Amino acid sequence: MAVADPRLLRWSETSEPSNRAEAMSSAEAFARHLAGQRLRERIFRGSTLAAAILLLLLLGGVVVSLLHGAWPAFSRFRLAFITKDVWNPVTDQYGALSAIYGTLVTSALAMIFALPVSFGIAVFLTELAPPWLKRPVGVAIELLAAIPSIIFGIWGLFVLAPALQNSVEPWMDGHLGELPLVGALFRGAPYGIGFLTAGIVLAIMIVPFISAVMRDVFETVPDVLKESGYGLGATTWEVIWRVVVPYSRTGMIGGIMLGLGRALGETMAVTFVIGNAHQISASLLSPGTTISAAIANEFTEATTPLYTSSLIALGVLLFVITFAVIAAARLMLLRLGRRALASA
Amino acid sequence: MIHEPRRAESHGAGGADAGRRFGDGGLNLKPSGRQHVSESLEGGSPVGEVSVADAVFSCRDVSVFYGDKQALKSVTIDVARRQVLAAIGPSGCGKSTFLRCLNRMNDTIPGARVTGTITLDGRDIYSKRQDVAQLRARIGMVFQKPNPFPKSIYDNVAYGPRIHRLARTRADLDDIVFTSLQRAGLWDEVKDRLSSLAIGLSGGQQQRLCIARALAVQPEVILMDEPCSALDPIATAHVEDLIEQLRASYAIVIVTHSMQQAARVSQRTAYFYMGQLIEVGDTDRVFTNPQHRLTEDYITGRFG
Ligand SMILES: Nc1ncnc2c1ncn2[C@@H]1O[C@H](COP(=O)(O)OP(=O)(O)OP(=O)(O)O)[C@@H](O)[C@H]1O
Ligand SMILES: [Mg+2]
Repeated sequence: MAVADPRLLRWSETSEPSNRAEAMSSAEAFARHLAGQRLRERIFRGSTLAAAILLLLLLGGVVVSLLHGAWPAFSRFRLAFITKDVWNPVTDQYGALSAIYGTLVTSALAMIFALPVSFGIAVFLTELAPPWLKRPVGVAIELLAAIPSIIFGIWGLFVLAPALQNSVEPWMDGHLGELPLVGALFRGAPYGIGFLTAGIVLAIMIVPFISAVMRDVFETVPDVLKESGYGLGATTWEVIWRVVVPYSRTGMIGGIMLGLGRALGETMAVTFVIGNAHQISASLLSPGTTISAAIANEFTEATTPLYTSSLIALGVLLFVITFAVIAAARLMLLRLGRRALASA
Repeated sequence: MIHEPRRAESHGAGGADAGRRFGDGGLNLKPSGRQHVSESLEGGSPVGEVSVADAVFSCRDVSVFYGDKQALKSVTIDVARRQVLAAIGPSGCGKSTFLRCLNRMNDTIPGARVTGTITLDGRDIYSKRQDVAQLRARIGMVFQKPNPFPKSIYDNVAYGPRIHRLARTRADLDDIVFTSLQRAGLWDEVKDRLSSLAIGLSGGQQQRLCIARALAVQPEVILMDEPCSALDPIATAHVEDLIEQLRASYAIVIVTHSMQQAARVSQRTAYFYMGQLIEVGDTDRVFTNPQHRLTEDYITGRFG
């Protein structure tokens, strides 16, 4: 039937010879093209490998130089460096306990304040916000993340601290200070600067990160899954709590750890509002210090080699704590993953 | 266009066997050349029997807008009790939109708007006083792709009863899970691994699990949106058997792209085209004697 068509016949006659030549030359071109592609591929691979190795070298270099700098302090004080809270440049006695304590307390406070808020923001943005409000709020959160930490520090010192000092802290002291067990947390003179203030400033700083990550993982939950929840008569809250959260647990933990890592290492803003006192106090209202605040605050004053070395040793401790947090997060994810696999 | 020669051929053959050669899978078409009741698209009201005596849902002048785009145009139709209604029509014609009006699933889409009235057992489901979660609990929904929750088989089925507190004791819950899986024809296959993840089931098993999950809430109506499109023929047969059994106690609305399936499982068929309900009536009648030109074009495959 095709042959009977004169148009088809003409087409096949005229086009075939030229076609063959064309095919031949294009095969050569194709081979050349492939060779070029292979070379480019090899260069590409090589350069990415080099980048990865460079990263490892950098990391190794940082670790080695940190340990080298911290060696005098560690060898002099040994375990006492992390178990004692004396920090006395006059007598050249250094113990990091108060700084470790401050780091953990301010980060814990920050997480306590930031988690519910971030969760709320993420839920609002993915499930509840009317479309016209989604973008403005989303952009505002990204802007919040872009504010330099020194600005948070200034704001914390000149705006937040006086406000806390004049209203919240006296109220806490008066009303919560008498509570059994937890009362000690809220008792004390209202300085304005201290663990509580630092915790709040840190919380504000990490909310954008945690909520942005949570929003992104919530958005990966397939609509059909949410719809089957709704289809069974679940309310929005039930769908969020029993469908969205379980589905995005892994990603949420990632976001939380990202925030925690930032809170542990944040320096500038904390230095402004923590009070920079090497002391351990049960009261959240009292001043204290954190590892990074102590380093930033005292590096210029470190006159003796042992002082400098002790500050570097503080850096090592921060490194270890942050690493431990990340490792714990990994382990948790691994366990979650394995449990999921085991039950499959 | 493939059908043109066959059409001519069957005419040429003439006589009694023309009809049989024309229709696939038991679809028996009237010889062409007859008068259609309607040929127009701008008719407004659909051809056929819109209302039924024993209606669960009554939709009157229902239109749906996604933003500015109108996806459903003034649809008026009843859904009968203890019957399967099949919604057919080309892709994008509004079948899913229609289905999702019935349990207000369109509410979850930002910018979606529904006008007209839909009543369930005589009560307006879009009234301000209607509790949407409660409404959806009365209406089971099964989706195109099997979409079990990332939980165990047991927890999937128990999800609805748990949020609605349908079971007072663990034994009650076990009982609901057992009955639902049994009705969905899945019990024997999963009874030994109720606590393993639902994702580990085959596609067909997952879909029956989703049906069990819907049944566990003890709904009055079941909506199915192309429930078999991701399934192989055996799993499809399973689900179709299940629909046949469920029909005894539920009203079922099923969206399907397979006209054979519509013919097999449904008692009434509604044909949608570009957001309009073109024709609705007894499945046998719609397939053997379509009254609207567009319906006939679609079911004979001359659509386009
Ligand atoms: N969420 C939405 N937002 C905007 N438009 C939509 C949305 N959902 C559906 N539509 C539009 O509404 C129309 C009807 O869609 P619907 O999903 O109801 O079609 P359908 O008949 O189910 O098609 P299919 O057979 O492909 O599933 C289509 O034109 C579609 O583009
Ligand atoms: Mg659809």
